[in-house]
Amino acid sequence: MAALVDTGRATDTAATVRRADRPYWRRNLPLTLVLYVVLGLGSLAFVYPFLWMIATSLRSLAGVGNAGASIWPSEFLWGNYTRAITSFPFWRYALNSMLTTLIPIVGTVFSCALAGFAFARLRVRFSGVVFAVVLATMLLPGEVTMVPQFMLFNNLGMIDTLYPLILPAFFGSPFYIFLFRQFFSRMPAELADAAVVDGCGWFKMFLLVYLPLARPAVVAISILLFMGYWNNFLGPAIYINSDQWKTLPLALAGFQSVNGTDTPLLMATSVLITLPCLAIFFLAQKQITNGITFTGGR
Amino acid sequence: MNPTIGWIRQLAESWGVPAVLVPLVPFLVLLIVLYAVIGLAAYGALRKWPRADKTIAFWLFISPWLIGFLIFTVGPMLSSIYVSLTSWDLITPPEFVGVANYSEAFQDPRVAQAIKVTLLYAVISVPLQTALAFAVSLLMNVDLPGIRLFRTIWYLPSLVSGVAQIVLFLWVFNPQYGLVNDMLGKVGIAGPGWFNDASWALPTVILMSLWTVGGAMVIYLAGLKDVPTTLYEAAALDGAGPLRLFWHVTLPQLSPIILFNVLTGIIGALQIFTQGFIVNGGPKDSLLFFVYYLYDNAFQNFRMGYASALAWILFVIIMALTAVTLRGSAFAIYYETEMGGRRRRPRVRRG
Repeated sequence: MAALVDTGRATDTAATVRRADRPYWRRNLPLTLVLYVVLGLGSLAFVYPFLWMIATSLRSLAGVGNAGASIWPSEFLWGNYTRAITSFPFWRYALNSMLTTLIPIVGTVFSCALAGFAFARLRVRFSGVVFAVVLATMLLPGEVTMVPQFMLFNNLGMIDTLYPLILPAFFGSPFYIFLFRQFFSRMPAELADAAVVDGCGWFKMFLLVYLPLARPAVVAISILLFMGYWNNFLGPAIYINSDQWKTLPLALAGFQSVNGTDTPLLMATSVLITLPCLAIFFLAQKQITNGITFTGGR
Repeated sequence: MNPTIGWIRQLAESWGVPAVLVPLVPFLVLLIVLYAVIGLAAYGALRKWPRADKTIAFWLFISPWLIGFLIFTVGPMLSSIYVSLTSWDLITPPEFVGVANYSEAFQDPRVAQAIKVTLLYAVISVPLQTALAFAVSLLMNVDLPGIRLFRTIWYLPSLVSGVAQIVLFLWVFNPQYGLVNDMLGKVGIAGPGWFNDASWALPTVILMSLWTVGGAMVIYLAGLKDVPTTLYEAAALDGAGPLRLFWHVTLPQLSPIILFNVLTGIIGALQIFTQGFIVNGGPKDSLLFFVYYLYDNAFQNFRMGYASALAWILFVIIMALTAVTLRGSAFAIYYETEMGGRRRRPRVRRG
């Protein structure tokens, strides 16, 4: 991989030059202290609601009323989590959430990588025009097609099933096609030539040469997609009615209106919903940063 | 239901396809027929023009997107225009009413309220978020020991999103038991009603949106790391102070990223939904976001025609705001390649 992608040698030398200099905090000690105070206070403000959520999820209902802003864990009612899992069909909803997250990830990655590869490597007549159309659809708000799509799935008899949440993912989404195209166009064209000389078809070349090399992009985009699909709310709110097919966010929303006062239970459920995202973040911190960097890419 | 599809489903049921999979059958039949046609056409073309393999490969590769584009975008868009000109409750057949839906929308006080709330949210929250994310990323770009920990901490809230975030903040801003009012109470301030108070509900949602600023921060941070150090060194040699370095190097170099974030931010803000849904539009419609009102009309009141008209109004608003932003920013954006600079080095390195 290292040989394939230019790592930007210029920065390496620049970094060496900077390293020769003394670090910033040694040069500006007073300013550094001010910065730390700002950083510390800011971090507190940002992480406090987060900790409060966790602390509240471990309290009794009366404890929430007394504790107020405190995040001091005076109570540890792990039973709230047991209640969160048992008081409604949690595993059923979790399974639905998983199905509507993992299958669409596979579908999106495959269809978008395929299209992205075509736009990057198979330059033929009209491919530029078609790519312009892809970019243009990025601006189209999903709401414009929301009602007719509902009618379409209604005609197919798919209302109140998970299919409307899964199937469209297999037909690509412009933003991720764009990201894959950017990634594939940075890979050397010589690879394609070599594969052609070896008598490789286009699809085989894509599957066996380019896709394995695009692993960083695939991982980063999969993580971005996970966060998006896992927290999707509008889709389930439109298509799902019966309890059997609810996803976790939809169940939590219903829970909020039914059990509006059982704060510890709501917080425990919120923590449980956030947990997979947290786990992925700590497992793949670097890939997430990469993925987000992509998103802001020019 | 469509009789052909009903027939296909009956056939599937008689074959003993599990009930869960039955809705999928007509869809798969459609897809297989479509790909059979495409495959035959490709085969014929390849026999006639053997050198066309690259062209055929291109169209086959983009065919998932192309088919999806036709089925899920173009088709729905066209039928959405038609539906917006009808009155339809999904049960009785649609009745053509001309532009009645649009003229109703222009007189509907709740539409006016929804536009007002949504635009206010976008116009206030997007600049605030951009400024905060950018400022924070500058702060996080300083080379201090332990800065990575701070970055992680500021990013962490972005992982609590969607319904979980609103459920949390409904309690953070609870007037009686909430975190914020308890803290304000300790310093002797009687906090407002936040979500329960019509005049405070929107500011509360804007405040809440600032909590997840970490995502944008990471993007700016990546952009800052990409600014060539030689630019700073050259400018410093010319005697530029920190402030001038910021104005004349950092800001121009990052302007495309800022524009990208502002644009996606505006589009996202105009499509805000969950926050309005969870509080049912808020007290006195103070959180009646446009998409929530659209959803309410379509899927609660089953006024499909009216909802489609609303969707097109939203489309026009989004296009207008995007165009204004693009035009307004054209003078301020610096693109390296346009100025004859060298091509940017690859952003994505080995992972």
